[in-house]
Amino acid sequence: MPVQDRKGQKIWQRRSGRESLMHWVMWLIGVAIFAYCWQQISESTTWFFVWDAPRIANDIWTRATPPRWEYITQLGKPIWDTLNIATLGTIIALILAVPVAFLAARNTTPSRFIVRPIALLIIVSTRSINSLIWALLLIAIIGPGVFAGVIAIAIRSIGFCAKLLYEAIEEIDESQVEAISATGASRWQIMAYGIVPQILPAFAGVAVFRWDINIRESTVLGLVGAGGIGLQLSSSLNVLAWPQVSLILLVILAAVVISEWVSAKVRGAII
Amino acid sequence: MLRLDKLVKTYKTGDQALKAVELEVPEGQVLALIGPSGAGKSTLIRCINRLVEPTSGKVYLGDVELTDLSSGALRRERRRMGMIFQEYALVERLTVMENVLSGRLGYVGFWRSFLRRFPQTDVDEAFRLLDRVGLAHMADKRADELSGGQRQRVGICRALIQNPALLLVDEPTASLDPKTSRQIMRLICELCKERGLAAIINIHDVALAQMFVQRVIGLRFGAIEFDGPPEGLTSDVLTTIYGEEDWEATIETVDEDEDDVLEAAV
Repeated sequence: MPVQDRKGQKIWQRRSGRESLMHWVMWLIGVAIFAYCWQQISESTTWFFVWDAPRIANDIWTRATPPRWEYITQLGKPIWDTLNIATLGTIIALILAVPVAFLAARNTTPSRFIVRPIALLIIVSTRSINSLIWALLLIAIIGPGVFAGVIAIAIRSIGFCAKLLYEAIEEIDESQVEAISATGASRWQIMAYGIVPQILPAFAGVAVFRWDINIRESTVLGLVGAGGIGLQLSSSLNVLAWPQVSLILLVILAAVVISEWVSAKVRGAII
Repeated sequence: MLRLDKLVKTYKTGDQALKAVELEVPEGQVLALIGPSGAGKSTLIRCINRLVEPTSGKVYLGDVELTDLSSGALRRERRRMGMIFQEYALVERLTVMENVLSGRLGYVGFWRSFLRRFPQTDVDEAFRLLDRVGLAHMADKRADELSGGQRQRVGICRALIQNPALLLVDEPTASLDPKTSRQIMRLICELCKERGLAAIINIHDVALAQMFVQRVIGLRFGAIEFDGPPEGLTSDVLTTIYGEEDWEATIETVDEDEDDVLEAAV
């Protein structure tokens, strides 16, 4: 009881005595767990490498600078591939995510006990596996190259897009849907007039947001052979060509900054 | 024209919202449905066009019995019942014109409506209605740019373009200021008269109801407690509907002349 009566005067405290004691015990337990974990990590760390890290980092830095600028002529095609992987992957993902989202949303699903769990399973399973792992699997199935990258990005993004979209569908204003139903509209007309206009801003937001993320993700897909600039990155790393590595990182940085700028502009225009 | 026969609605929670309601509305009659919150006014209106499924009982619109209809047949009958909502329920991100034309969805195929290629006759009618309610210049505005009174006028147009035989009106003035409320009520009643429409109007404001309608139904705990002309609403009647309260101020007849003067001054 936070309110106590002391000599007719009511004293208010945030927590009662026992509650604040519990609070402190919880903190104590938390700190103890942290200290224990720290000790465990410390035991399994080779500290020599850690103390050595600044020297090695400095060594790589001197080898990597200045970047080998003339190498940029060979990066145009890979960075273009990377952008295409991200864009195509996002478009395919959105096309597949829309029906999944409608099947998963409580207020639009045709059946709560059969279809909805299946849609949720699709969302969870595609989301839980990283695009690099999808790429590894797909390279085994359809061979290395840009196409495997596009599909990997698409599969990975379905769950993300569908989840955000179905949450938007569940949050719509039902009275607008009711009003459209009351006119005698069919199921599809109710969707087109009552629901779609309400989720359009969310859809556009999700699309640019995911595209933005996918540009970052597609830069590393080449590491496993799924096309794009990562391919150059991995081959440069393999031959220890540090000036090339630093140039590639700069190019990736530039691409990400530009994509961020574009998606910020698009989002600003929608909202 | 509309007849409710022992209409019952029991919600899953066990609340009985309507207890065997019997009601008959003749052609062209505008009636007000009054009663405290939770009396079942909204449920009653929604059971007629089956936005809420009645538990038992029958609803006859003309000769058609509505409660047994298949979903396709129900959609065709819904076209004959225009509905006007409390918070307007316009599709906020569509234009005024699209909102009005959405009243024709029951008559137009999916692709035509999806591509917004409505028949010219519908577009003509939409412009005529917008002009009638004084919003012709707003056709291209998005619905969320409009004020409350303007939105409700668009809602009225959407209901009327269905070419209905009956209007179901759910608290049309609940979110409007007193002056706009009167204007909206007057507009609804005028339009009903012009087109010979019957209407059921849910309304909180007893004085406003008395000003405009020919018949008042008082609902309490899902049962009809009063059915008669507005003059019949005495303080005893209001006490049975709403409970004990000093009703003298509420039923004092509002002076229409004073209202007109107010109108002219604005």
